[in-house]
This record gives sequence, C-alpha cells and structure tokens, in this order.
Amino acid sequence: MALLDVTHLSIHFGGVKAVQDVSFSIDAGIVYSVIGPNGAGKTTLFNLITGVYKPTHGEIRLDGESIGGRSPDELARRGVARTFQNLQICMNMSAIENVMVGAHLRLDRNLIKAALRFPGLRRRDAALRDEALELMRFVGLDKFADARADAMPYGALKRLEIARALAMKPRVIFLDEPAAGLNPKETIEVDHLVRKVADSGITVVLVEHDMKMVMNLSDRILVLDYGKKLAEGTGAEVRRNPDVIAAYLGAHA
Amino acid sequence: MLAQFLQFLFSGVTVGATYALAALGFTLIYNASNVINFAQGEFIMLGGMLAVFFVQSGLPLPAALVLAILVPAIVGILIEKLAIEPVKGAETVTLIIITIGASLVIRGLTAVIFGKGTHSLPAFSGDEPIQILGATLMPQSLWVLGVTAIVVVVLWYFFNRTLTGKAMLATSYNRVAAELVGINTNGVLFMSFAMSAALGALGGILVTPITLTSYDAGIMMGLKGFVAAVLGGLGNGLGAVVGGLLVGILEAMGAGYLSSAYKDAIPFVLILFILFFMPRGLFGARVTDRV
Amino acid sequence: MRNRAYNGLYIVIAILLVLPFVLPNSFYLDLVIRMAINAVIVLGLNLLIGFAGQISLGHAGFLGIGAYASAVLPTHFGWHPVLAMVAGAVATGVLAALVARPIFKLKGNYLAMATLGLGIILSIALRNEAQWTGGPDGMPVPAFGVFGFELSSDKHWYWVVAVLLSVSVWASLNLIDSPFGRALRALHGSEVASRVVGVDVVRYKVSIFVLSAVFASLMGSITAHYVGFVTPNLADFFHSIELVTMVVIGGMASVYGSLVGAVLLTALPQALATFEGWETVVFGAILMICMIFLPKGLVPTLAAKLGKGE
Ligand SMILES: Nc1ncnc2c1ncn2[C@@H]1O[C@H](COP(=O)(O)OP(=O)(O)O)[C@@H](O)[C@H]1O
Ligand SMILES: [Mg+2]
Repeated sequence: MALLDVTHLSIHFGGVKAVQDVSFSIDAGIVYSVIGPNGAGKTTLFNLITGVYKPTHGEIRLDGESIGGRSPDELARRGVARTFQNLQICMNMSAIENVMVGAHLRLDRNLIKAALRFPGLRRRDAALRDEALELMRFVGLDKFADARADAMPYGALKRLEIARALAMKPRVIFLDEPAAGLNPKETIEVDHLVRKVADSGITVVLVEHDMKMVMNLSDRILVLDYGKKLAEGTGAEVRRNPDVIAAYLGAHA
Repeated sequence: MLAQFLQFLFSGVTVGATYALAALGFTLIYNASNVINFAQGEFIMLGGMLAVFFVQSGLPLPAALVLAILVPAIVGILIEKLAIEPVKGAETVTLIIITIGASLVIRGLTAVIFGKGTHSLPAFSGDEPIQILGATLMPQSLWVLGVTAIVVVVLWYFFNRTLTGKAMLATSYNRVAAELVGINTNGVLFMSFAMSAALGALGGILVTPITLTSYDAGIMMGLKGFVAAVLGGLGNGLGAVVGGLLVGILEAMGAGYLSSAYKDAIPFVLILFILFFMPRGLFGARVTDRV
Repeated sequence: MRNRAYNGLYIVIAILLVLPFVLPNSFYLDLVIRMAINAVIVLGLNLLIGFAGQISLGHAGFLGIGAYASAVLPTHFGWHPVLAMVAGAVATGVLAALVARPIFKLKGNYLAMATLGLGIILSIALRNEAQWTGGPDGMPVPAFGVFGFELSSDKHWYWVVAVLLSVSVWASLNLIDSPFGRALRALHGSEVASRVVGVDVVRYKVSIFVLSAVFASLMGSITAHYVGFVTPNLADFFHSIELVTMVVIGGMASVYGSLVGAVLLTALPQALATFEGWETVVFGAILMICMIFLPKGLVPTLAAKLGKGE
C-alpha cells in the first residue's frame, strides 16, 4: 500500500480552481517531486495535504486512513512535516528554539509543571536542546547555534525550516522550493541535504524549480499545470512526455 | 402598540444612520490599511463640538458646518501622516494603541479647549415634531436620514464611477497589485483618513441637535460604529450601512422593550453573538489566508 | 543566555526587600503596592499580548469580577473573603474559557472587538446592578483575614504583594522557556508554522487567555481588599487600555518590561498631576510617541542598545 494516496483532489477559491481533480500516490521511502510553472497549484497541493487548506472535493489517504480536511496538528501527530515556500520562521525566537518547537508533540506541554519548573520537564528540555543542536549540525547551521532567527541570512533560514521539520521525527516531509533564492553553492548544499534526509528513511515530497536538482533526486515526478495533473512518472518518462514538453516550451516556459 | 414601536424605530434609525457613517469611516480606513481606527468616534464628537463652537462664535450655519467637517478631516490627515504612515506594517496591537492614543489626545484637547460641559446645536429646521401614526418624528431625524442617504449614493458613485474611487477599491483588494499598476497607495491611505474623518464629523453634526454632545461622547459612538462595521462584515461598504441601521434599531428596541439601563450594552452583546456564530458578519467575504 | 534572564529576578527580590526600609513615607509605600499589583496583572497580560501575540481590550472587566466578588460575596452573603476571592477567580476562568473558544478562532481586530465588547458589558453591569454593587458610587469591601490574622496595615499588604510579584516573575520566566511557552511564542511568530508542527493554536490561546484573566481577577480581589473600596471604574474600558499600555510601553514579550511598564504607568497620574487638565492629552501623546518611536517598548529597546538580549 502506498504511503499517501490522493484521489480526485480539488480546491476552489471563488472562481480560481487552484487544484483540479488531481490523483496520484506516493510510496514510502522515495523522493517524489511536484513540478510545474508558477501558479500551477503546487503550494496549494501541499497546503491541502498538510491540512492548511480544506479540499473542496476529493480524498487524501495516509496509510489508508482518510485525512482530507484534518487539522495540521492532527497531521503532525501522524508524522507529516513540511517547510514553506515563503519563509515561516518565528522571528521572535532564537534559531535553536525554532528547531525545538518542531519537537512540540514529543514534549510534556503542561502549563502548571512548566510554570513551577518541574525538574523532569527541565531535564527533557535540556536534552532536547542537545538534540536540536545536533539537527542544526545536520543541516549545516552549527555556527548559528546561538543566533537569533531575525539575525540570520535567508539561505540559513531556509535550512532552519528543514531542521525544524526534522525535529518532528516525521515519516514524510514536504519541501516547498527549498532552494529558491539560493546561490548555486547553497543550492548544491541543499541538494545534498535532501539526499541525506531521504537516506535517513524519511519520504520526501519536493517542489523545486531547479530541474537539475529535481532530476537528480527524484524517484518519481508529478507535473501540474493550471491546477491539473499533466503527467506523472519517472524523470525519464516525464521528460519524454509531449504534453510536458509543450507546456514547458509553449505558453509559459 | 404600533405607535410605540414606530417611536423606537424612528429613534433607532436616526442614531443608526450615525453609526452607519461611523462604520463607513472604519471601513474606508480598514480597506486602505487594515487598521482599525479607534479614533473614529472622536471625529463624530469633534464634528458636533466644532459645529456648536462655530455657531456660537457667530458664523452662519452653513459655514459653521463646513468648517466643522473640514477641521476633523485635517485632523484625520494629520493622524495618518504623523502616526500611521511612519509605522506601516506594524503589528495590529501597535496600530490599535496608536489610534487609541490619538483618540485620547483629541478628547483631551477638546476638554481643555471647550470644557467638559454638554452642548447642543439648534435643529436645522425647527423643533416642530411630525406626527406619524401616533409616533413623533423630529425634523432633524429627516435631516440625518436624508443626508446619510445622499452620502451613501455619493460614495457609491465615487467608488464605482471615478478613477480615484476605483483606485481605492483596487488597493483594498490587493495592495501590492495596486502598487504594481501604479496606484499611489499612500495617497489612498491619506484620502481614506480624510474621508472617514469627514464622514464621522458629518454624522456627529447631524445628530448633535438630537443627542447633544460633550468631549467624551465619541467613545461609545465610535465603538458602536465599529460594532456596525463588524456586523455588516468588516470591509464591506453596504454591510457598514446595513450594520449601522441594525445596531441603531436593535439598540432602540432593546432599550425600549427590555431595559434602558442596558442600552449601551446591547450593541456589544450583539457583536459577541455575531462573532461567535457568523464571524464574517452579514456580508463579509469568505477568504482563505494565503500561505 | 537563559540563566541570565533569572538574574533580573534576584534584582527584583533585592529591591522588594529593601524598599520598605528606604521609602520616606506611607504615600510611597501605597504607590509601590499599587505598582506591584499592576505588575502582576501586566505580567499575565504580557503572556497573552507580548508572547502569544493576542490582544485583549477587556481585561479590566476580569479585574472587576474579582474585585466585586470580594466586595459583594462577603458583604451580602457573608462569604469568607478567601472563598469569595476563589469564587471570583473561578467565575472569571469559566467566563473567559466560554468566550475564548469562539473568540480565538478570530484574528487581530475581531479579537480586539470581542474582548472590548465583553469588558464593556461587564462594566455596564457593575454600574447598573446598584442593589448589589452600589452602582456608580461603588461599595466598601470588608477586611481580609485568614486564620484569625487580619491584613490591615499597608506593611502587611506590602509583603503579601511583594511575594506574589516575585513568584509571578519567577513563574513567568519558567513558563516562557518551556515547551508550553515556546509553543505560545511560536504561534505568535508564525501561526501556520506552529500549526504544522502540531501546536493546537486555539487551545494555547485559550489557555493563556484564561490564565491571564484569572490573574487579573485575583489581583482585582487583592486590590479591593487593599483599598477597602471598589468602584466600577476598575472595570472600565479606559482601565483595560491602561493595562495594555503598561504592556506595550514596558515591552511586549519582556518579563521585566512588564514591571517597568507597570511602575511607570502607575506613577504617571501622579506625575501628570502637574499638567492638570492636560492629563488625557499627555497620556495619549505618550502612547503614540512610544508606539511610533519605541514600538518594541522600553526594556527590549534599551536591552538591544546595550547589546544584549534580556
Ligand atoms: N488562499 C488563497 N486564496 C485565493 N487564491 C489562492 C490561495 N492560495 C492559492 N491561490 C491561487 O491558487 C493558484 C495556485 O497557486 P500556488 O499553489 O501558490 O501555485 P504554485 O505554488 O504552483 O506556484 C494561484 O492562482 C493562486 O493565486
Ligand atoms: Mg508555490
């Protein structure tokens, strides 16, 4: 059984049909990419699967369980993590705290115990801090261990989002344009990072405009255009697909 | 029975029209900037107080009224230039505090200059009540309703038929896009403060012969205008007008039939219910926050 | 970095220990007691406004519930003051929780409207129910005693309030640097990001709203017993604004900022007495100027100037 099964998924905003009747499925352990021109509905698709938007029609199944319309925190509990195309870093917190928030569901969140500084809770928190440091090292941000988030450069923040998502210990991670706005060197670093994440056993769903990176990493690719599924298959299949060629070389290449 | 009902209705619609003007003011500024201007009520108060002052200082009524609208409009512009533009994009809390600060300054200055007494303005066309089915209607109420109706029509024309008005609408739909097509969104912000101050002042002037005014009359008026704007669906012009009339009518009915002591609480009870059960108000658009 | 935050607590405790011995007269002792009471309320409110990023324009209403519970229940029903205080806090908590759930599905301006409406309804009720509350003139509050020991002198009250304040500062510091507190700050920083990592944002907003409301209610009870008299002004919209102002002037999301804000704004009316007639103007102008030029508030701005975080 596939990890994720999407069938006839649609969402409309007023007159805009951002995602229309899209179906696909993702097997556990692979790198699955979603590509398509700007406005094709990639981010909206992520928002639907991670519970940020509620679908107008269609179904989303995770491990066979229907999750369409569930809230993001319910999905987080089921091991779904993501990053954002437009940075969603908490600028009012330090870098490491941003990562620690990712572990929210694994901690004792009791208000009273926290206010009274229960030793057990403090100990867990200290351990988490070490774990978060380890994750920052993993994504290549060791030198920002003590930094405030609002003092970090854009490229570092992109990776901080990945570290936060990893702190959830997710089963599947959705990366929305992790290399957007990065220079070529940083892009290669992110490419390697995504590889490392996939190798650690987490299923990766990737939206990215850098085709080299997509072709490099992906086991399968979904092509969206105007909210509709244009093609799906391995990199080689997609590249040969006449509709894809037309869409990319035609109207809005 | 009917006479009593009509009586409540008349007084409700009359104050309701003032709330509608205040609500339109909120809407204008909200659409241009997402700011809720807590000083809106002070423009209402200022309009009434200035009209009283100018009339007492011997100016002919029309001149006094025009000045009583112009001065608040200038105050509105000053607030926008000095306090809102410099902090563009600040947090909602910050903006709310700034406009509350502005309202305190206006209220305080008014008290210092004109004193803390209650003032009245002669009705525009006499105090001879009109009898309708046993209820009495003051001619001033007709002024309030008539002028409000005209204002609504003029505003409709402005937003749908003139370039400036359309630019303001466009800005409210999508600020960035409006800037891209060359609309001066700062100009729009400026216009909306001037206009909403003028609208508030106009309402204040019209209603003063009926309700009297004093330096602290603005708070409640403004807050109820805010309730009206939310009731109608924040950001919706038609909603603001309908919301204003509804708040006025429900308040008058509640005060008449239920409890006059709780008159001022009625709009706020209403708004809690609205926010709990239909948070977009009557005409608010459904939007999904973009991520 | 974290442990440095607690250094301030020692300073606060040291100041509180020394103050009663250096204050020249009872006028200042009274002023300090009122500052400390406000500081506890503002600490709670800052958790809501500064840390969680949610506004409340109706907190004086909650304060009013506590104050009037402590005035009305012992006077008219013969309740023990402690019981009355607890009842006020429980009632406040329940009311806050009931309204909070629908309210916190809303954002920014709607939230301001809803809390403002709630506060105004409460203050109107206090004014109108004269047979219980004494109406606009207010009513006296019986003395507060536990175990046969009556809190009567200002000195007694000082130590009670000083302990409450120290504990509140300590608990606030603990809270913000905990999983609960991080979630609270995260939903302020990015609501969507906190949702996707699993934060049930409505629950967190409701919890902190209820907590800060209960704080306000308890301190309302204390104020009532300390002053010995309550008036509906306590629950006014204007008082709610004063409390919010203490938060923003001291510094949103700053524990010590809450203290500074409470101290300054409690002293302000005294200072403004020299501007007689102009108090409101000056107060409003200070609000605007602070927000325009120091939008982060005094303590965070100064801390940044000195080159170190709180
Ligand atoms: N919350 C929303 N409200 C209205 N329209 C939206 C919203 N989110 C996305 N859209 C629209 O859906 C379409 C797809 O957008 P998006 O998913 O961001 O594209 P992509 O990520 O592929 O570039 C666009 O036309 C966009 O304007
Ligand atoms: Mg996108």
